[in-house]
Formats: sequence, C-alpha cells, structure tokens
Amino acid sequence: MGNILEVKNLTMDFGGLRALNNVNLHIQRGEIAALIGPNGAGKTTLFNCLTGIYKPTAGDILLYPPDGKAKKISGLKINIITELGVARTFQNIRLFGGMTVLENVMIGRHTRSKSSILGAIFRPPATRSEEKAIIDKSYSILEYMGLAPLVNELANNLPYGAQRRLEIARALATDPHLLLLDEPAAGMNPQETNELDALIAQLRTDYNLSILLIEHDMKLVMNLAQNIFVLDYGEEIAYGTPQEIRHNPAVIKAYLGEEADAEVS
Amino acid sequence: MKYACELKQSTYIALWFILLTFPIMVVKVNTIENIIVWRWINIVGVGVGAFVLSFFWQLYLRKKMTSQQTAPEKVSILNRLIENPKIYRPALFIVGIFALIFPAVFSHYQVNVMTTALIYVMLGLGLNIEVGLAGLLDLGYVAFYAVGAYSYALLNYHFGLGFWMLLPVGALLAAFFGILVGFPVLRLRGDYLAIVTLAFAEILRLVLENWNTFSFGPSGISNIPRPGFFGINLTPEQSAIYMYFLLIALCGLTIFVTYRLQHSRIGRAWVALREDELACQATGIDKTKAKLTAFALGAMWAGMAGVLFAAKTTFINPASFTFMESAMILSIVVLGGMGSIPGIILAALAITLLPEYLRVFSDYRMILFGAALIIIMVFRPGGLLADRRKQYKFHQPDAKEKR
Amino acid sequence: MNFFWDLFLGGLTRGSIYALLALGYTMVYGILQLINFAHGEIYMIGAFSALIVASILTMQGLTGLSVLILATIATVLYAAAYGFTVEKIAYKPLRQSSRLSPLISAIGMSIFLQNYVMLAQTSDFLPFPNLLPQSNFLDSISSVIGPSDFIIIVTSAAVMSALTLLLKFTKMGKAMRATAQDQTMAMLTGVNVNRVISRTFIIGSALAAIGGILIASHVGRINFYIGFNAGIKAFTAAVLGGIGSVPGAVLGGLVLGLAESFGTGYISSDYESVFAFALLILILIFKPDGILGRSSQQKV
Ligand SMILES: Nc1ncnc2c1ncn2[C@@H]1O[C@H](COP(=O)(O)OP(=O)(O)O)[C@@H](O)[C@H]1O
Ligand SMILES: [Mg+2]
Repeated sequence: MGNILEVKNLTMDFGGLRALNNVNLHIQRGEIAALIGPNGAGKTTLFNCLTGIYKPTAGDILLYPPDGKAKKISGLKINIITELGVARTFQNIRLFGGMTVLENVMIGRHTRSKSSILGAIFRPPATRSEEKAIIDKSYSILEYMGLAPLVNELANNLPYGAQRRLEIARALATDPHLLLLDEPAAGMNPQETNELDALIAQLRTDYNLSILLIEHDMKLVMNLAQNIFVLDYGEEIAYGTPQEIRHNPAVIKAYLGEEADAEVS
Repeated sequence: MKYACELKQSTYIALWFILLTFPIMVVKVNTIENIIVWRWINIVGVGVGAFVLSFFWQLYLRKKMTSQQTAPEKVSILNRLIENPKIYRPALFIVGIFALIFPAVFSHYQVNVMTTALIYVMLGLGLNIEVGLAGLLDLGYVAFYAVGAYSYALLNYHFGLGFWMLLPVGALLAAFFGILVGFPVLRLRGDYLAIVTLAFAEILRLVLENWNTFSFGPSGISNIPRPGFFGINLTPEQSAIYMYFLLIALCGLTIFVTYRLQHSRIGRAWVALREDELACQATGIDKTKAKLTAFALGAMWAGMAGVLFAAKTTFINPASFTFMESAMILSIVVLGGMGSIPGIILAALAITLLPEYLRVFSDYRMILFGAALIIIMVFRPGGLLADRRKQYKFHQPDAKEKR
Repeated sequence: MNFFWDLFLGGLTRGSIYALLALGYTMVYGILQLINFAHGEIYMIGAFSALIVASILTMQGLTGLSVLILATIATVLYAAAYGFTVEKIAYKPLRQSSRLSPLISAIGMSIFLQNYVMLAQTSDFLPFPNLLPQSNFLDSISSVIGPSDFIIIVTSAAVMSALTLLLKFTKMGKAMRATAQDQTMAMLTGVNVNRVISRTFIIGSALAAIGGILIASHVGRINFYIGFNAGIKAFTAAVLGGIGSVPGAVLGGLVLGLAESFGTGYISSDYESVFAFALLILILIFKPDGILGRSSQQKV
C-alpha cells in the first residue's frame, strides 16, 4: 500500500504556547484516517501546518504523490502544497462569499489551468476551450455534491449544510490526492450528517482519494475511519483502529469530563 | 402626526448644529484690523438647513433599515435596466452615436471637458482592477498617473521621442512602478497597504517637486507636444477633437481589456483574493503573482492616462498629482460600484462633468463633492451600479455558458 | 553638539504633536478598524476655534493665562462635539457595510470640513497669537530649550499620561479596551458599544484640539488646510507604532518627528516628509505590524 503522507516529529509553538509537541503521523494511500481530540488539542493547527499556513517550529512533513517521488512539503508556500495535491476545508467556513457557487469551484481549477493575461485578453481557442473545461468540470463536481441547482447563488446566501458541501466541492476541484476535512459535520443535523457519512465514503473511491478527517461526531468517525489518531494538548496520545481506540484507557481519560466520553466508550 | 417624532428630532438636531457651527459660521476674526465681524444671519441658514436635511436623513435612513430587514437584497432598478438587452442595446447605440457627433455639436471647450472626463474613466477602470477586483486598497494611485505623465514629458524633452512611441512606454513604466510598489506591500494587511501606497505617492510627488534638475520642480514642464497626426500640423481646435477621439478609442480599449480580464481565470483569482486571502491561497492561487499582476495591470492604465493628460494639457507639474487626486479616483470606483465597469464609467463622467456644468456653484463644488460622498455611502454603500456576478446556464448533460 | 540638540528638541516637539494626533487615529482604528480621515480636520477646526475664542476674549480685555485656559476649554469641548457629530453622521450608519464605504465617507467628511472652514472663514493664512504663557521660569531655561518647545513637550506628555491612566484604571477605559479587543464579546458582557465608540471619538478629538492649539501657537499661523498634512503624518505615526496600540502611537509619533527633524537637519530640508514616509515603508517591510503592533499570525 504505502503511505501518502508522513509527519515526523512535528512541533509548533505560538510564542510560549506549544500547540503541537513532537507529533508523528502517517496516512496510508487510499485510507480514511481520523484525527480526534478535545477542543484546543491542536488538530486544526496540525492541518494548518500540513497546508503551509503555519510554518512548523520543528519536524518534517513528507508527501508521497502517487505518480512522483517523495517530497518534503513543510516550508513550502500554501498554494504550492495545494498544487502538489493536498486540499482542505476549514473548520470556520471560508468560502468566497461574494462569488457564486460555481465560481467558488472554478477557483479550485486555477492550479490545473494555465491561460495567461494575454490569453484572457485575446481569448484564443485554447483559452476558450480551457474555460469551457473549467466550467464543465466545476459543474460536474457540483452535481456530484448535490449543489447543481444552486450554481448561480452567492456562496454567502447558502444554507449552512450547503456551504460545508461547497467547501468540499471547491477542494475537490483542485484534483487532490489527499483531502483534509476539518469538522465537516459541525453544525449539521443528524440527517445531514448521515448523508455526509455516505458522501465521504463514496468520495474516496470516486475521486481516488486519501482522506484525513477531524471530527467530533464519534459515530461518523468510527464508521468511516480505518485508523484514528488522538491528540491531547498537542501530544499524540493514541493511534489505532476504531476498535483499539474505543478501549484505549488514555483516550477515555482524555475525553473524561467532556461529553464525548460517553460516545467513546 | 406621522412624522412628529422626526420633526422633533430634527428640531433638536438643528439646535445642535447652530451651536456646533456658531464660532465658525457666525464669528469672523479680522486679525489685521483686530475687529470681529458677527454674521448672525448665518444662524438662520444653518438652522433651516440642518432641520430640513436631518428630517430627510432620518426618513431615508429609516426606510433603508426597514427595507433591509424585509428584502435583504433586491436588484436595483438601474441594475435591472442595464441588464435588460431590450434597454441596453439601444442605449449603447445612442451613446455611441452621441459620442461620435459630440465634437460636431458642442464647443471646443466642451470637447476638452469631455476629454478630461474620459481620462478619469480610464483611471477609474484601472484602479478598479486593484481596489474593486483584487481588494488592494491603493491610496496612491495617482503615483502611476504621474509616472506616465512625467515619462512622456521628460523622455520627450530629453530624447525627442514622440507621443505614439511614449504612450506604451509610459504605460509600461507605470506598470513597472506598480510592481515596485507591490513588492514591499505583499505582506501587508489592508490598511497598512493603504498607508504605504499613499506614502509612495507622496514620496514621488515630493521628489518631483524638489528635484529641480530632474523634474524641473514645482514649476513643472511646459510645451509638451500634442500627439502628431500623420505629420500634419493641427490647430488647437482640431487637436482637441483629435485628442477626444483618441480618448474615445483608448477608453474603448480599456473597457474591452478590463472586461475580458475581469471575466477570466485571472480576474476570478483577483476576486477570490479580495474575498478571502487565505482561502484563496489554500485553493491554489499564488498570492504574490495575483497581487503583482493586479498592481501592474492597474497601474498600466494610469500610466497611459498620464501620457494622455500630459499631451492634452501640454503642461504638467507636481500639483496635479496630490492625494486629492487619488481620493477622487478612488471615489469614482467606490461610487460607481466596485468591480462594476458600467458603474465606474457613469461615476467618472458624473464626478468630472457635474461640477463643470454646475458652474453657479463653483465655490461650493468641493464641499458638495464631500457631502455627496458621505450621502451616497450612507444610502447606497454598494455604489450606483453594484457589480453582479456572472450567471451561467446549464443544459444537461453538457454545460454551456449563457452570456 | 548644539546643532544636534536643537534637532533633537525640534523632533521631540514635532513628534509630541504627531503623537497627540496619532492617538486619535489609533483609538478609532482599534475599535472600528477605520482610518478616520477627518481626524486631521478636527485638529484644524480646533486651531480655528481657539483663534476665534481667543480673539473674542482678548477684545474683551482679558490677557495672559486666563485667555489660554478659557480658549483651551472652549476649544476642547467644541472639537469633541465635532468628533461626536462626525461619527454619528458619517460612520455610524455604515457600521455593517464593507470596509471601504466608511473610508470613502471619511474622505468625504474631510473634504467637507476643509471647505466648510474655507468658505465660512477664509482661504488665506491667518496669524495665530502666541497663547502660551511667558514666565521667568521659561526665560531662565530658554538657553537650553525654546519655551514653546518646552510647553508642547510637557503638555503632551501630561495629556498622554492622563489618557494612559484613564484607559487603564477607569471603567470607561476598560470598556474601551474590551471593545477594541473583541466587540461582540464586549457587547455580551454588557458594554454599551455605541457609547464606547462615541467616547472614543470625543476623547480623540479633544486630544487633537489640544494638539491644534499647541502647534498653532508654536507656528503662529493657520489655514483650512493644515489638518490634512498633519493628519497624514499622524496616521503614518500610528501605523509606524502599530495601529491600535496606544503606546505605539506615542512612540510612532516621536520616532517620526525625530526622523523628520534629523533628516532635514543633516540631509536636506526639502525632503522633510520624504524621510517620514520612507521610514514608514522601511519599518513596515521588516515589521509588517509596526513597532509595537500585535503580530498578525491570524488564527485559522
Ligand atoms: N495563530 C495562533 N496563535 C496563537 N495560538 C494559536 C494559534 N492557532 C492556534 N492556537 C492555539 O493552539 C491551540 C490549539 O488550537 P487548535 O489547533 O485550533 O485546536 P483544535 O482544532 O484541536 O480545537 C489552542 O490553544 C489555540 O489557542
Ligand atoms: Mg479545530
């Protein structure tokens, strides 16, 4: 199988605060892995390190794209990491609110297209067909995500659940190998969560993805994930299959006091 | 009574304004003869004026609040008009005819005024790339305008190069200057960028003002040649008409190019940058490239406008390139509606032409301009013609573009 | 050495005025994230009303310290009223709109106020009487420091210390700081945000008025345009120090004043403002958040 991503001894400091301490993590090609832990454990910070938004204080992040050889991505620019095939969604939704749903997804195609300024002005056939390809591909992703009726709405005007799905659609448009989802079910009702559950599983096969998922909804996590990493106060306290995590005393202890502990046990 | 509350409020407000403006409006100190002139009559003016204005102010503000609550966003009438092909096609046709026969119908002076207005159309559309699309708040846009104007004047003076040669050179130099300004501000957030661009423009203006050997200082450069017309010597009148048509053509070019850019892969990237810089990068857009192209392509038009300005007035000095000028161009963009090409054209024409044709108010031009900026922002913060995103229509199974 | 000392004092004097004005910018920015372009105009109006009040008082036969005190009180109250009104008209209705709308409205207000004073008063420079008191004490130190330099520096320092104490220890100051930090949180904990904003404008305007009187007495003439340049410089100072930060504004003002003073003294007197702006650009390139600004590593 092989890994698509390896994180080695990753440490991230904010001033005096150590948000991640010597974290190690690996994601196998084609798997859905989950990252769980109490609020403030450093999960989002880890995503931000993986996607280049934060520069890690220490440690390495290695990406193994299916077609190329290993590449150290820590320290690269955000958009370069996206170009190498890592896409993400945000815990606090960050869409381009003043743009339409379709345009949001079309932005995702930016790295996979190349028409230049001159192309934009003169619109030669190459630019035209590229533009058409961008529109078609974006529309097909929106169809897949069930957002086709909303293509011309402004992203700001979408209901919450649709906004979360649009973020996934935008990420898919960048042709990622690895998809990072930050609490995709947050704020969804149980029915929407169930739909999301099915969708994520389907995504992996249809788009040939590896997925790392941050989620508090334990049912979703246990359902989807082959492997689970548990963070607490920036430390990695457990790694294993859902079965193993469910019975891990350290995990149960970390979650004690949080309502989630009922769900874990 | 229906408006009792507003009337009472307005009375208080009028009293407040009488107090507030009392020293400045009523008292006038003559420091030379050491006497004080009391102009009591002004109290009446202030009182009545404040009363009436505040009455309507409150009325409209309340109307705006309630309409916001009931219908969060309705497309304005103006927007619907210009989006309706039955209206805008004939309208465009009429405007086109009007533009063509304008010099035949109106006086030499009017043609000159219109030419100036067209220069502002070009400036507005250029700044729109930076501010309206990419969200880069540039308070020093006038610097690029100055670069264009001085490129023409100086390169012509020293090397005798001609207008047609220097038009693209001026544009390119301005674009280059745009990149030069763009680099240091790449890391800066919104308002820091604003003050740094302002600082660049002020530095440039002060250098032009003081570096006499280079730029001829505050007295500027005169006798800049008008553009040649196939080697024929034109009278000033003919030359004004020639400039006018030149600007019509070049504004056409500006509109065409900025429209195409706006609706391209790069234009979308700019808007995404404006909407959310971080998400934009995480979606794979190179922030550096997007910002620098926005600066360069925005500055380019200012450079071109600068060359045209120098050729039109045949005289330039640093006083034409003050912060007020930047503020004016920025107002055009915001009043027109950021990102909206027709809105900006309309606003540029309105802002430059209205004061010309309201000569009666010539003393009050600037104060009315200031008041208008406030009022329009309060009651129409999206501008005259807010930009609307392009709509696409899809037929299953193959997708196709509508417009 | 003597030359150096003169430049240093000149820079300090100038910097104190920048600092007084920069405080208004920084406080408003801290709470509303708005560049209040009309702030320089408040300072100009402060100078004009001081001139008018002082002239009236002098013609009533008053002299010396009493003119200064009464004129200062009147001016401060008056400028504060202007600041309050400006906010209500040009900014309050725009709280919910995009960032650029209030900025344009601020530029409009600035143009309006300049022309209002120009039309109602004059477009010429007016001589401004030296209101600052003469005393034996000042004479005795005049070999070391010019009397008006001394008064400007000391007054500014006193006013700024008072502001710092006010922000630190009073309930109002705490509410202001809370609002600057997180407006929603402040509102939830019972802070009346509208009142805080109004007071911020009032205090900022009062400081600007004091700056206006001091500088007008020092320079000896005013016109309707003085607010513009001072305003841009003060805003530059606020950014230089780290906008939103009160000590930053003071530091930024002083640094800017000194840079201009030494630049004009040692390099060239033509490029006074160029030194200020060049310094700003340099500092922001290396410290994008200003000297004392909070780091902008935003949370995602
Ligand atoms: N940009 C930042 N600056 C300072 N502290 C931060 C920043 N980002 C995150 N943190 C801190 O790091 C810790 C982990 O946060 P986060 O990764 O968001 O947690 P999680 O996503 O697991 O809930 C928290 O204490 C948070 O306050
Ligand atoms: Mg998180």
